[in-house]
Amino acid sequence: MLSAILFPIMFLFIFGSGLRGSIGMMGGGIDFVQFMYPGIMGMSVLMGSFMSGVSIVWDREFGFLKEVLVAPISRISVALGRTLGAATVATIQGIIILVLAPVIGVSISVWTVLALLPLMFLLAASMGSMGILLASRIKSTEAFQAIMQMLMFPMIFLSGVFFPMQDLPTWMSVIVKINPATYGIAAIREVVLGSSADSPFNIILFGHIMTIWDNIAVLAVFGFIMIILAMWSFGRQE
Amino acid sequence: MSDNIIQVENLVKKFGELVAVDHVSFNVVQGEIFGFLGPNGAGKTTTINILCTLARPTAGRATLNGFDVVRQQNQVRQSIGLVFQDPSLDDHLTGLHNLRFHAMVYNVPVSVREQRIKHLLEMVELWDKRNKFVNTYSGGMKRRLELARGLLHYPKVLFLDEPTLGLDPQTRNHIWEYVLELRKREGTTVFMTTHYMDEAEKADRIAIVDYGKLVAMDTPGELKHSIGKDIISLKTEDDEKAAEEITRRYQTEVRNDKDHLTFSIANGEEFLPVFIKEFGIKILSISLRRPTLEDVFLKLTGREIREEGEAGDTIKAHIREHSRHMRR
Repeated sequence: MLSAILFPIMFLFIFGSGLRGSIGMMGGGIDFVQFMYPGIMGMSVLMGSFMSGVSIVWDREFGFLKEVLVAPISRISVALGRTLGAATVATIQGIIILVLAPVIGVSISVWTVLALLPLMFLLAASMGSMGILLASRIKSTEAFQAIMQMLMFPMIFLSGVFFPMQDLPTWMSVIVKINPATYGIAAIREVVLGSSADSPFNIILFGHIMTIWDNIAVLAVFGFIMIILAMWSFGRQE
Repeated sequence: MSDNIIQVENLVKKFGELVAVDHVSFNVVQGEIFGFLGPNGAGKTTTINILCTLARPTAGRATLNGFDVVRQQNQVRQSIGLVFQDPSLDDHLTGLHNLRFHAMVYNVPVSVREQRIKHLLEMVELWDKRNKFVNTYSGGMKRRLELARGLLHYPKVLFLDEPTLGLDPQTRNHIWEYVLELRKREGTTVFMTTHYMDEAEKADRIAIVDYGKLVAMDTPGELKHSIGKDIISLKTEDDEKAAEEITRRYQTEVRNDKDHLTFSIANGEEFLPVFIKEFGIKILSISLRRPTLEDVFLKLTGREIREEGEAGDTIKAHIREHSRHMRR
């Protein structure tokens, strides 16, 4: 769990310090570290929420899941409870990254924090449901961790945490736009750095410039599908 | 048929090609101790899993306390208590907190909760250890805590899946005292699987399963009676020759277990003196005994129940326990 905070911070300082000079300003008066900072927040949330599934696989291996599965409570509420619990923890992890704002040189108001809370929670719940969906079908911790890592790192690296959308090769641009995490990261960035129609960090989907609400809508639809699938799959497992 | 607490009709469970449970039908009467006996992989645990809603039957029907195990899962779950082969406790909680969690999810009223927990923890002699974390408990303590937990919501049926596997004899006896007392007091039905023959003897009725099929079902006494003969084991100077001679003279099948011979014969007590007198090969040792459930099992399945059971399981349990510690 600690790794979900330390790892992103490590990225922030190592990549940030290493690349800040050579990359220079990113446009809109924002340097590389400031650009990366909201992405790192999102990364921390992503990593935290993915781990929700691990706890289920662990409980299965250590037997406790059986006690939960034979209890006279609906599986749907168990799955939902797990998702919301994981999302809460992941959101707190994201919020912890906020402490670094003064060091990075980004000004954060109370309103920013209040806007970030539900947004991070939505991102965490969507990704957490995906973790639970996988966990309900995977029996061993080792397999789960392997699959999670194969899924998690591409999702993080190809989500616009470390680079803006423009001027990407076409194949990469397509993957980034398919990746649901992209829209969560974009929305967090828009809340932290401000949004405008001519911002260089906007996502352009089929010629349409995605507003923050568009991004949130995409994330919400993905999250909704995931949570339905997670509840269904968790309910049916034997 | 209101006194049948469990009714199973033509139950089938397939895992791909493998038929784990093959058209099994039986009833369990309210208040009885029902034993499921069979080697590993015979379908015992799969049957239990279906009855407690952890697995879906491929075909057939089962009801428990009048509720269908597929369509009325929550009612079934509320009616049963479980003690599994492997621990299913939360290691990172104390004994007390494990029970409180259980009481919460099983809707045990708060007004009676603490008192019931205290009573059960005292019964399994864990009251002193209630505030210790479960990962500091020994295997026997964990099993006792699970037993207390399984009884917390006053289940109609208590499932015991190899309840005393890998436990020391003293703890085994204790657990049985609790179970028998409980049945007397609450009329709880007990459904158990076991490898231990002396444990199986405690059941009112036993079902013997092999390769997913029910091969016999009766009281332990009747099952033993069905063999009808006494068992004689002996060692001789030349076992192979002796076996031939016994088969020829008494028309009975002799089993050669390398270091001794066994065969069954009617009226063993009268047979024995005559046999010793007239048998040509020198006898080194001989014993006579009444048939046990082990013999019944051997006769019905052609295998000894312990051959594949116990040792392997205990080792497996040890490895599991070990890896648990390593990982946490």
